[in-house]
Amino acid sequence: MTTMTIAKAINEGLRATLSNTPKSLLMGEDIGPLGGVYRVTDGLIGEFGADRVVDTPLAESGIIGTAIGLALRGYLPVAEIQFDGFVFPGFNQITTQLAKMHSRSNGNLTVPVVIRIPYGGGIGSIEHHSESPEALFAHTPGLRIITPSNPHDAYWMIQQAVNCQDPVIFFEPKRRYWLKGEVDTESAGPAEDPFKAHVVREGTDATVVVYGPLVPVALAAANAAAEDGRSIEVIDLRSISPIDFDAIETSVKKTGRLVVAHEAPTFGGIGGEIAARISERAFHSLEAPVIRVGGFHMPYPVAKVEEDYLPDIDRILEALDRAFAY
Amino acid sequence: MGATHLPSTEFDGTELDDQLEAQAEAALGVPSTEMVQLLGPDGTLGTDSVFSEYAERLDAEKLRGFYADMAAIRRFDQEATALQRQGQLALWVPLTGQEAAQIGSGRASQPQDYIFPTYREHGVALTRNVDLAELLKQFRGVSNGGWNPKDTNFHLYTLVLAAQTPHAVGYAMGIQRDQRLAAAQGVEGAQGVGGPAEPKAAVMVYFGDGASSEGDVHESMVFASSYNAPVVFFCQNNHWAISVPTAVQTRIPLSNRAKGYGFPGIRVDGNDVVAVHAVTEWALEHARQGNGPVLIEAFTYRVGAHTTADDPTKYRESSEEALWREKDPLDRLEKYLRAEGMADDAFFAQVDADGAELAAYIRKSTYESDAPDIRTAFANTYVEAHPLVAEELAWFEEYSAGFAGGDEGEGADR
Repeated sequence: MTTMTIAKAINEGLRATLSNTPKSLLMGEDIGPLGGVYRVTDGLIGEFGADRVVDTPLAESGIIGTAIGLALRGYLPVAEIQFDGFVFPGFNQITTQLAKMHSRSNGNLTVPVVIRIPYGGGIGSIEHHSESPEALFAHTPGLRIITPSNPHDAYWMIQQAVNCQDPVIFFEPKRRYWLKGEVDTESAGPAEDPFKAHVVREGTDATVVVYGPLVPVALAAANAAAEDGRSIEVIDLRSISPIDFDAIETSVKKTGRLVVAHEAPTFGGIGGEIAARISERAFHSLEAPVIRVGGFHMPYPVAKVEEDYLPDIDRILEALDRAFAY
Repeated sequence: MGATHLPSTEFDGTELDDQLEAQAEAALGVPSTEMVQLLGPDGTLGTDSVFSEYAERLDAEKLRGFYADMAAIRRFDQEATALQRQGQLALWVPLTGQEAAQIGSGRASQPQDYIFPTYREHGVALTRNVDLAELLKQFRGVSNGGWNPKDTNFHLYTLVLAAQTPHAVGYAMGIQRDQRLAAAQGVEGAQGVGGPAEPKAAVMVYFGDGASSEGDVHESMVFASSYNAPVVFFCQNNHWAISVPTAVQTRIPLSNRAKGYGFPGIRVDGNDVVAVHAVTEWALEHARQGNGPVLIEAFTYRVGAHTTADDPTKYRESSEEALWREKDPLDRLEKYLRAEGMADDAFFAQVDADGAELAAYIRKSTYESDAPDIRTAFANTYVEAHPLVAEELAWFEEYSAGFAGGDEGEGADR
């Protein structure tokens, strides 16, 4: 066991990938000598060279498009998009090309591209640097979307993403890059399957489903609720596509109440999909409607008011209050 | 280049045609530029200080082969258009007029090269030994590409314009890495971990004058230039992006854009199969030898409609089409072959007979080409097992089973 931050865990995971998988390579803006704007690729170009840690021209569609071409030639590219709000110049390549290549080739071609995207708010940044666009990609068949919330998951999930034969978008919770935790680099243990949700706190009265940056917030909310005598189960989704509905269903059949929280706007979001599916699967176990907590239906606001936008402990507690009011 | 270049306005040498050509050029708003031409519309072979030596390598058999290929793909094009009119295809994208650009460039490629087409490259597909019946499946709505690109190194058609151009550059970046890995292992010129006998490879990507405006072309050329990737950008300037003339896409010859990226750009007479073959052979070898990308602009013309759903009479003069029919790629090669005694009536009769046979095959294959089972779409959305797909497939199976029992089944009236 080693203690490290999420950023360092991803760095170590990428290092392990580059060491173990000769055809893997990293590509993106400023990922070479600078080590990325968040230093996630720090030191890797020195170890593996410019053929495998590729500083690209400043062009997101070109990054994703050339990554697809490299994958068609048998490589395993890990492309970094510098910030969530800058993925959109590459959106066409991701949704019309990457997501469909295997299907439209009748299964003949595979494009195992990984796209790393730092996402989410809470860092006081300027516009386009705090967004949560995961639902746009989750709505696209052919893609897989995962997001770690702790260093151990981060270390293993980035390697699992590279080993997956499908395209994977790897959302990194940027405000948690410096969150420290224990990493077992010898064994993935419970992190063996990146597409399974984890119960990160057991409880009996209500379930809160979160992922990425909101996992610590939900755990803190559960602690606060415990002081009021409420036993809250917290699930870290880990995978946004596919979603481990079995894990949520099992929990809700035990607790009878479900709150889903994410930073992304509530409307048309992951929470709505979970609410609909769980309403179908566990209707008779639900004591209350599924309640969603998320961003408002507005462009991500300026940093000085982002605290009013982002779901926090109180917003999750308020949602729990509503669930318990039924 | 040091080549002898002909202005594009000097196709025929006759004063009248020159005037018409100049008028057409003026109307298009694209300034004429130097253009490589070897086999003129009158069927005489000119010279070029760089590219004549490539033409000299072509013996009578190869030239007859070019003609047979061009005639075959034109016949195929006519058959596909007829099949669309019969309702057998939802849409067809005709290539007539562009046979030389496609056969000349495709025949210049080697098996180890990888080709990314747009969606009109039926002639290139022929040169890559793609079963032409498979090309029609996309237009019949039974597949998004019936061939396996790994068998022919001819990628699927891409309908989102220019989206395939960065794929080509990435693929070329992969070839570079393969070669460097092989070199590190002491295997000169090999692909990947392949043996020493494996030849060097390049990538060629096709797009049109319309797609040249897409950002992906720009980004691709930047990447290709930055990494000196072995890729040939083959732009067929057929003068019309559906209804919009080239002048709306560019104020300079498209080949000139290469200068801005720092690699060679060549405009070639796209209706001259000899020149297209020569220029492409040069460009692919340039790329294979590690000298970086090349842009080729094949100056040609889409004689027919953009697709079977298009109506060119709404946006261009038939006199312009007539002008270009005078520059027909097949006619000029036939004139040359006959004048040089390289082909006789029997040869051309055989080409016609082969065309009829191909057409019959295409008809039969299309009639017999049935819709796939939607279960294949469930199976191919992901490579690895996916719980949502599995759940939806299970639902679909159960739902479908409810209709079992044919006419007597409860669901028969639904």
